[in-house]
Amino acid sequence: MNGNPSTSNPNVNPGQLPGAIHKDPDMVVFGFWVFMMSDLIFFGVVFAIYITMIGATAGGPGPRELFDFGSLFAQTMLLLTSSLTVGIATVTMKHQRSQASFLFWVVVTLLLGLGFLTLELYDFSQMAEKGGVPQRSGYLSAFFGLVPLHGLHVSFGCLWMLVLIAQVWKKGMLDIIKLRFLRLALFWHFLDLIWIGIFSIVYFGGWVYG
Amino acid sequence: MNEHGWLGKLDWDSLVFSKLITDPSVSEAVASTAGSIVIIATVAILGLLTWFRAWGPLWSEWLTSTDHKKIGIMYIVFALVMMTRGLLEGMVMRAQQAAAPDGFLYADHFAQLFSTHGTIMIFFVAVPFVVGLVNFVMPLQIGARDVAFPVLNQISLAVTVSSGILLMVSLVVGEFSTGGWSAYPPYTGADFNPGVGPDYWVWAIVFSGAGTTLTGINFTVTIIKCRAAGMKFFRMPMFCWTVLCSSILMIFAMPPLSVAALMLGFDRYLDFHFFTNDLGGNMMNYANLFWLFGHPEVYLLVLPAYGIFSEVFSTFSAKRLYGYKSLVIATMSIAVLSFTVWLHHFFTMGQSPTINIVFGIATMLIAVPTGVKVYDWMATMYRGRIRFTTPMIYSIGFLILFVIGGLSGVILANPTVDFQVHNTLFLVAHFHNVLIPGVLFGLLAGYNYWFPKAFGFRLNDRLGRWSAFLWVLGFMLTFFPLYGAGLLGMPRRSFSYMDLTFKPYMLVAFVGAMVVLCALISLVVQLVVSLKDRDKNRVPVGDPWDGRSLEWSIPAPAPSYNFVELPRVTDRDEFTEAKEQGRAYLPPKVYRDIEVPKNNPLGFILCVLSGILMFALVWYIWWLALVSALAIIVAVIASTFRWDSERVIPASQVQKDTEKWLEQVKKSRAIGRDLENTPANVGYAKLEH
Repeated sequence: MNGNPSTSNPNVNPGQLPGAIHKDPDMVVFGFWVFMMSDLIFFGVVFAIYITMIGATAGGPGPRELFDFGSLFAQTMLLLTSSLTVGIATVTMKHQRSQASFLFWVVVTLLLGLGFLTLELYDFSQMAEKGGVPQRSGYLSAFFGLVPLHGLHVSFGCLWMLVLIAQVWKKGMLDIIKLRFLRLALFWHFLDLIWIGIFSIVYFGGWVYG
Repeated sequence: MNEHGWLGKLDWDSLVFSKLITDPSVSEAVASTAGSIVIIATVAILGLLTWFRAWGPLWSEWLTSTDHKKIGIMYIVFALVMMTRGLLEGMVMRAQQAAAPDGFLYADHFAQLFSTHGTIMIFFVAVPFVVGLVNFVMPLQIGARDVAFPVLNQISLAVTVSSGILLMVSLVVGEFSTGGWSAYPPYTGADFNPGVGPDYWVWAIVFSGAGTTLTGINFTVTIIKCRAAGMKFFRMPMFCWTVLCSSILMIFAMPPLSVAALMLGFDRYLDFHFFTNDLGGNMMNYANLFWLFGHPEVYLLVLPAYGIFSEVFSTFSAKRLYGYKSLVIATMSIAVLSFTVWLHHFFTMGQSPTINIVFGIATMLIAVPTGVKVYDWMATMYRGRIRFTTPMIYSIGFLILFVIGGLSGVILANPTVDFQVHNTLFLVAHFHNVLIPGVLFGLLAGYNYWFPKAFGFRLNDRLGRWSAFLWVLGFMLTFFPLYGAGLLGMPRRSFSYMDLTFKPYMLVAFVGAMVVLCALISLVVQLVVSLKDRDKNRVPVGDPWDGRSLEWSIPAPAPSYNFVELPRVTDRDEFTEAKEQGRAYLPPKVYRDIEVPKNNPLGFILCVLSGILMFALVWYIWWLALVSALAIIVAVIASTFRWDSERVIPASQVQKDTEKWLEQVKKSRAIGRDLENTPANVGYAKLEH
């Protein structure tokens, strides 16, 4: 539609996708950006609710009793590293390295994501042991409305990676799969940004103002 | 969870009829009648489909279609069905208030009626009708083959329809929420409402809201990325501008609603404390979230209707739209301002006067760009060659009535006045006064205007005019008395009253409601008669009204691939320009194969599965909820394993169709505007100014 597809998206090199507009990489990726804007509003609203609920602990445990910053630091490192590895996977795709090296970096990203989720679940169970369950107070409801929402997105990203790994395995690096991976990578970086927000607003902000 | 069996909370007493047996009252009889209508209509439709052996075509032509035009038509059919229900509920409510103090409904039944009426009219009539028209028209107007994401489009329709079906099911099984369309907690929380009513509301809103968000994304990307060559932003038809703004509103305004409804669901299902009275819950958070969506929603609906009016005024005045750029700027201003006024929905809930004043002034500001629009539309008609067709009647009715509705809005925007009339029928009169002339008249004008493009024949104009006049008259009779009753202090949502001062107002409103019912019936009659006379009113050439934008430059009904050759645009009124320069109806230089998306069963599968999921959640049938949720995930993943999603329409086929059409153009005579509602009109308009 708007110019030559292969030149209009120089970062990715998903290849020439002739024919119908529905395969124009530029448009597909733009559509995903728009989706992320909408998702960002979703997160933004839940963040806002959390901020209004800081202090609404109703006598229950608050941030200072519940947060384990050691585990949170480890989660942050796992997630940030996974953003790096997904970036490396994108570069191997762009420079058309071997399928094996691409898959290797995707699998590393997947493992880092799963590691993050495991630690997060462990954190939640620790919180529950100290009486920090969502049913206890408005504050904890807001906490468990926001942080697991991010976790759910990460789980969705992991499932997406599994499907893509299966598809590359079965069909090789088709252009359409490259395009899907490109969106996955965007999504993964986006989740990293959200995590920065969660770390600074939910954990750090909660600890300071709670 | 274990206190319920395999069927969750579901048992024989959940059926609406069992209540009639234990308590044979008029109120229960009304409820059972409504339930029976749903069942009988469903059985009748299934039976007719079988009788006419229509299942095959229905499946391959419609249910699995990815064609934006067919998806648009399905949206509109769905909206009209839901409108029938919403309108009948309105009738029953007006009858109840006219009969007060000795009404015939229980208070709870009345509360369910206003809750479903509001929910249905906003989410399942206005939204799908708007989305349907946009789906049909917008890609044609920008010279595109399709929307950006056809399968996503299908999925949006699927979840909207399954949520609507869920509401229909609530008529037969269980009861609906009594908490109004805004479902304020803590009243809708588990403490005050342990039944399934609010759960029906929550899931219908969550799923249809997701569909609308996805639609907004789809339309935005379509307009930004799929315009024909040469169609700069300032060459887009006005309707496309309003759609762009409205789609952006969908992207930004729907998430707060989804969040509010989901959090209410968490409170109800998992004992969270977002909005409860105790343990730190905060219901003002709900009010803020809901209206952070709710106010932009109003403009999300009315902006596309403004777009339709712009097209109608300009076409039926045979003039270029006056003040195009000011209309664009006004549309964008309204879209932005719509996010700055949500707090006027709760002026009386205890925030400081300063905040109320800020939001009051912001609210009044919206009247400025809206006023600009009204003057532009009037100036478009000025010295035009006006034809008083059905769409024009709706549009002129809108122009007058909407100004009145807007003025009552400016009155309400003053917090001091609002303290006096809030929660009275004055408010009910106001929002019906903007939504019916503003949105519904626009949609019905659009329905009459674009119908020939969708089906290849014109609707009967005489009956259309009857219908339009009945809508205008019925609307005025029903809702103007409510201004009076509201000023006298009659609270909204009251199922009865003792003060007989209100009675005459309610009686007039009831008569008005009967006129509105006649308007709906005349709409059906118009469709049936037009269907019967369709051979007389065919407009195969495709331009019955001397149209100005690209959708009129192709045959009617529009071919599945829209354009043989994607157009190159040089002017705002591209088709008028082409007609003036004699380059309309030229054969393309070369015929090429055209790729269109293949049919896809995913939408239908998700419609069924999401319907089952929602029903299971409402009734606490956990195993079924789990199974259907997993099935949804599997279905989506499986669909990503379809590698060839395109189908080729061979050049020879395109050539055959096009040559046949061009032959038709050659054989027909261009007809003047005086004859546009006669069988002489075959869709080949003589250019007139």
